Amino acid sequence: MVKTDVVIIGAGAVGCAIARELSKYQVKVVVVDKRDDIGGDASKSNSAIIHTGYDAAPGTLESQLVVAANPMYDKLAKDLDIPFKRIGAILPAFTQEQYDKLPAIKEKAFKNHVYDVEYLTREEILEKEPELNPEVKGGLYIPRESIIDPFILVQALAENANENGVDFMLNTEVVDIKVENGAIKSVETTNGSIETTFVVNAAALHCDDIAAMVGKADYKVVARRGQFYILDKNTSCKVQNIVLPIPTKITKGKLMTPTIHGNMLVGPTAEDLDNKVDVSTTTEGLDSIYADVSKMIPHVNIRDTITQYSGLRPNRNPEGLHVDVYDDLAGYVNLSGVRSTGLTLSVAMGKYVVEKLKEIGCQMTFKEDFKPTRTGIPRFHEMSREEQEKLIQDNPLYGTIICRCETITEGEIVDAIRRPLGARTVDAVKRRVRAGMGRCQGGFCGPKVIEILSRELGIPTEEVNKNLPGSHMIVGKNK
Amino acid sequence: MYNVTCDVAIVGGGPAGLSAAVAAKKEGAKKVLIIERDESIGGILQQCLHPGFGLTYFKEELTGPEYAGRFAKEAIELGVEFLLNSMVLEVDNANNAVICVNKEYGMTQVTASSIILAMGCRERTRANIMIPGSRPAGVYTAGSAQRLVNRQNEMVGKKVVILGSGDIGMIMARRMTLEGAKVLAVIELNDFLAGLTRNKVQCLDDFGIPLYLSHTITKIDGYQRVEGIHFAKVDEKKKPIPETEQFIECDTLLLSVGLIPENELTRKAEIKMNRITNGPEVNQYMQTSAGNIFACGNVVHVNDLVDNVTTESQKAGRFAAQYAMNTLPETVKTAQSVTGSNVRYLCPQSVDISEKNETISLYFRVLQPELDVTLVAKSGGTIIAKKKRPRVNPGEMEHIEFQTKDICDENVTVEVVKEG
Repeated sequence: MVKTDVVIIGAGAVGCAIARELSKYQVKVVVVDKRDDIGGDASKSNSAIIHTGYDAAPGTLESQLVVAANPMYDKLAKDLDIPFKRIGAILPAFTQEQYDKLPAIKEKAFKNHVYDVEYLTREEILEKEPELNPEVKGGLYIPRESIIDPFILVQALAENANENGVDFMLNTEVVDIKVENGAIKSVETTNGSIETTFVVNAAALHCDDIAAMVGKADYKVVARRGQFYILDKNTSCKVQNIVLPIPTKITKGKLMTPTIHGNMLVGPTAEDLDNKVDVSTTTEGLDSIYADVSKMIPHVNIRDTITQYSGLRPNRNPEGLHVDVYDDLAGYVNLSGVRSTGLTLSVAMGKYVVEKLKEIGCQMTFKEDFKPTRTGIPRFHEMSREEQEKLIQDNPLYGTIICRCETITEGEIVDAIRRPLGARTVDAVKRRVRAGMGRCQGGFCGPKVIEILSRELGIPTEEVNKNLPGSHMIVGKNK
Repeated sequence: MYNVTCDVAIVGGGPAGLSAAVAAKKEGAKKVLIIERDESIGGILQQCLHPGFGLTYFKEELTGPEYAGRFAKEAIELGVEFLLNSMVLEVDNANNAVICVNKEYGMTQVTASSIILAMGCRERTRANIMIPGSRPAGVYTAGSAQRLVNRQNEMVGKKVVILGSGDIGMIMARRMTLEGAKVLAVIELNDFLAGLTRNKVQCLDDFGIPLYLSHTITKIDGYQRVEGIHFAKVDEKKKPIPETEQFIECDTLLLSVGLIPENELTRKAEIKMNRITNGPEVNQYMQTSAGNIFACGNVVHVNDLVDNVTTESQKAGRFAAQYAMNTLPETVKTAQSVTGSNVRYLCPQSVDISEKNETISLYFRVLQPELDVTLVAKSGGTIIAKKKRPRVNPGEMEHIEFQTKDICDENVTVEVVKEG
């Protein structure tokens, strides 16, 4: 039987951020996740924006965490080698009604302690974003809204936590949590029992199911689906800023933003589902994105799309972000309502949960040998010719390009597989090094990635999955 | 950086690159170098194990590897040199150089008097045509599946639906059937076939595989592996008609929904591109807007037959060699190719007229299928060439020939005229 101090359920952004924060202290931590890769659900399909919290509900825990998290990213991105860029957001107003809402938005930002929001004149906003509909009247500028590689954020947090002693049990589903005398006793999983004093429920979409195991499910998770388009790096109409719509009473609306890798991201929809699995895209949903965004950016060229995807935000009913501890259940921390701001606030949540755990009796002694940095996978295509030359000299695998659209080398793919918490599936490789994320969507590199995974993992090609267990790509050999 | 110098550098060792290399050598270029990203030459033909190649050029039926093999052999005999496992990252136009990466030599710079782009094309994907639904394993482009089956010996599925009646799709319908899979349907959005008629006869009809024209896939089901597809008839606007929706249970969806010339290097080199072909604009020498850079094969426009690629690439090779040797004819004036009725595009896009008379072939595709037509080329209101055709199809390329001496203004217009 595994014995530990803290079990974190869920290896998404929040789970991994908590793990990394706890790895600074002399506590034994195990992260469990039913998937075979870190990265969760919502954490890997979102708008990849690090928010400022300017539009949060003032005074809420969500506002507090998002506002606290944003400034942490400059150092974090540097320490953990995460692609991150402060490009800023604009909120253009096209109608008088929208224009009249700007003061209230600015005032709300102020209440959220986001003091650097500025008005933009029509001329200023058009200069910042020439692709805007020329009917624009003016708008707001939110300088610290930023973009990030959301996959690498989670991988970096997890890898650094792992290097500092946190264990990860993947492919491990929690089936029960045992409580004895009003205190956590163990977490029962498909890979056996884990004896523990503390449990942090960071199971996002499934946090209500986990909470039900300890009788604390006084809420329901409602999956709110968001559909997105990704456009080719060569698309005919690109924006320079995160372009946000003025929210209405009903919705925050659909945005257009560059991604950290130079594509355009357009979306999302917001559809409440009656299940937690349906990550389909729909014609209606995708059409509605174009209809809305083309009002702001008339020349957005949706035909340049290279992929479409859906993500599920784990909304909560009743609404609101909660971090709960209980007088009648020692050792249990329950997170719920971590929704679209979850990626941003994850790193602040790590610190917040550490304090909560201290409050409920978890001893936190700083580890003197904590290693705060992580070296990422070299990004060949971002290097100078001299750096590329050096990399190939050191390891000839970097001299073979596997993904031609994104210029990803065999060296990068092999590193993605061999490093701790490495890739086990085709999509896991894609999320680490972008092989297959370009315009041919793995048409050329897919077969080669299957071969490399099979070779590196010592498994037959039939056992190489696209992502989930059972998502095999090859069904057997030829006759 | 490893440095190589040559007269003609060719990016891509598929059928286009090989034909161009052979022609360049025969024209007298001393050092001709093919840069190929794969570990072997032949390009996509290496995975085309089926027959049907060479009927026009060699007047005999060859498989893909046999067809490529003939040019490869000739290229080797003529002393063409090869840089294999080498991916070109950049065509540095200003310095007449090509930068590539190779695991043995590292970063490599090839400096050449002329450069031929012969990178071929890639397949349109599920996302390009925006098929809604989930994103399970088992959705492949037909060419990727062909690579897995024919080069890696891996079967990709057992119960297969194919979207698109492109040639690779139909060829794969037969291939998968021969490997024991059940091909349940080929679904085509248009009311006509996208590929060659002979492929429909030999690959679908002979195996009893149903072809649904004017239909499209409306949704993909399955989270791990494909579990089925929904498809429906489409109206005149190509929108699905909901009440005609049907479901097919399957584990695999192959897509044969078109090819896109691979012109990332061309665009980066700021060469003038054509909006319709998605390839560089060329003159009859297959010369691009960057005078020292030539292009041929599917990188210029997607061809129906490899035989046409060969003919076109031989021109590129010959004239790139002449450019390198400074013997390319001097242009007196230039005429533009102009599309008339039922002509989607014309290649070459312009004709350079020199003191010497030349015979020009303009290749093109029609927009709509039609029976009993005349292909007409006009210049200055005068007919300079015409040709009768019993039928024309968008899936099959047409061409018309004329003399440069007959061009009497700035344009040559080609149209497809219905008889009577």
